[in-house]
Amino acid sequence: MAKSIAQFENVGLRYGTGAETLSDISFTLDEGGFYFLTGPSGAGKTSLLKLLYLALRPSRGLIRLFDEDVVTLPRGRLPGFRRRIGVVFQDFRLVPHLSAFDNIALPLRVSGVEEKDLFEPVSEMLAWVGLADRSSARPATLSGGEQQRVAIARAVIGRPEILVADEPTGNVDPEMAARLLHLFDGLNKLGTTLVVATHDVHLLSRVANAAMIRIDGGRLSDPTGLLKNPPREPRRRRDS
Amino acid sequence: MNLPFFSASQADRRLLTEGRLAGPMPWVIAIMMFMTVLSAAGGIGLNHAARNLTTGLSNRITVQIVEANPDERAVQARLAAEQLRDLPGVSNVRRVPDEEIDALLEPYIGANGSQEGIPVPALIDADLTDAAHADLDAIEAVVGDVAPSARIDDHAQFLAPLTGLIGTLTWLAFAVVILTASALAAAVILAVRSALNTHGATIEVLHLMGATDAQIARLFQRRIALDALFGGIVGFLAAAIVILLLGQRISAVGSDLLGGISFPWAAWILLALLPLAGAGLATLVARYTMVGALRKML
Ligand SMILES: Nc1ncnc2c1ncn2[C@@H]1O[C@H](COP(=O)(O)OP(=O)(O)OP(=O)(O)O)[C@@H](O)[C@H]1O
Ligand SMILES: [Mg+2]
Repeated sequence: MAKSIAQFENVGLRYGTGAETLSDISFTLDEGGFYFLTGPSGAGKTSLLKLLYLALRPSRGLIRLFDEDVVTLPRGRLPGFRRRIGVVFQDFRLVPHLSAFDNIALPLRVSGVEEKDLFEPVSEMLAWVGLADRSSARPATLSGGEQQRVAIARAVIGRPEILVADEPTGNVDPEMAARLLHLFDGLNKLGTTLVVATHDVHLLSRVANAAMIRIDGGRLSDPTGLLKNPPREPRRRRDS
Repeated sequence: MNLPFFSASQADRRLLTEGRLAGPMPWVIAIMMFMTVLSAAGGIGLNHAARNLTTGLSNRITVQIVEANPDERAVQARLAAEQLRDLPGVSNVRRVPDEEIDALLEPYIGANGSQEGIPVPALIDADLTDAAHADLDAIEAVVGDVAPSARIDDHAQFLAPLTGLIGTLTWLAFAVVILTASALAAAVILAVRSALNTHGATIEVLHLMGATDAQIARLFQRRIALDALFGGIVGFLAAAIVILLLGQRISAVGSDLLGGISFPWAAWILLALLPLAGAGLATLVARYTMVGALRKML
């Protein structure tokens, strides 16, 4: 039985004083699992991911990450947790005045990697997403798809234990989408837990053993029956 | 050479936009530093002048023998001078020669006034130690025994309003230094806030990557420290030029009183420390403001 890496229990999220954007969300993610998060626009996918990558605290409920309660985690310990999670933001959030190279190098610099040890992994990562020749380009001079690939490279360069990707294939052609997905699958096989939010139903069928989290109107549905808390066997499903 | 601080700042530099000196910040700091250095110089100069006045003049007395009979006046003056010389704590006792007094009075009563029978007091100058000065009454009594017509003028008394004025101006100058330092701090707070706004998105991304508040604060702090140092040096140089020019003008006037506003060389060192202190203050305030603002983020 796989170890769980993230647990949500009756999590609710409310922005300001309105109605709850997310209600009664409970699920468990297994270490090394591959999860797709789907649902209509405005359903709350990004909100759910933000809870997962610690950009928001829930209004209620319990969230455990890496076997620790992160809802009550003191602020000072957040950086340590965040360094174990890679994020591809829906809107990329590349730093506009930094080159592709420096954007990708950012997580390594944040975790204190020496300058002389940066060049090799960053160059490798640039090549991996097919942008070796755009190393010094600023985000504004990159196409949407190229920016997205820089964002992906930046998210994975620190070898995170969880990779959270919000619509990572929204701006690329189907061929590139397939390549990126292949890349994610490769990371997953190396042990990274993947959570990928997507509208793209074609993606879902491309990864063997992926589970699906469906969210609609702020509530979780569990079409594959794999997310109940505590989770039941079998954990892996689907052969493409 | 292993310089982790240096390599860290190398990396930091790439995280935020260059163009450090583009904004008005360094110039605002330069103007404030200019005013700070000028007021500090004024304060130091005045303080020095006040001290010169005090040690030079205010421990000095003049004994007047106001006696109409010239013979009696001469006897009393001689006795009083002798008596004064014997007293402890009294030095430089000097009978002011009649010619000197005549010269002093000439504009008022014409030449040789004293010889023409206009009664003019005899004058004796003396310097006192602080202890002797404190016990002026005793001196007055002893002198009065031998010279009943003696009256003692205490220079400190007629200098008091002047030293008081200089003292007030000195404090005013240092108050201006404090005020400009506060204004400098306020300007830094505003600059940090605007930087936080400008770089809000970058800061959020850095946070989400696991950057600590200290790491992020360091990025801004360095920039502000450099801005402040640049502004400080420019302001100091401008103020130094003004002080040197003013110094020339003051010595050109040649007045004894203004001449007292001399500027000790050691004071230049103190003034040169001001831009450094300003940069230090700016850095501290920047750090405090940054960390305070970052703590409010998740
Ligand atoms: N910061 C916010 N403040 C207030 N409301 C918000 C905020 N962010 C999201 N919402 C609201 O929460 C709901 C869910 O938004 P969210 O971005 O999570 O949806 P999503 O499923 O990611 O949509 P999409 O597929 O279009 O990206 C929306 O109704 C949105 O308006
Ligand atoms: Mg979204």
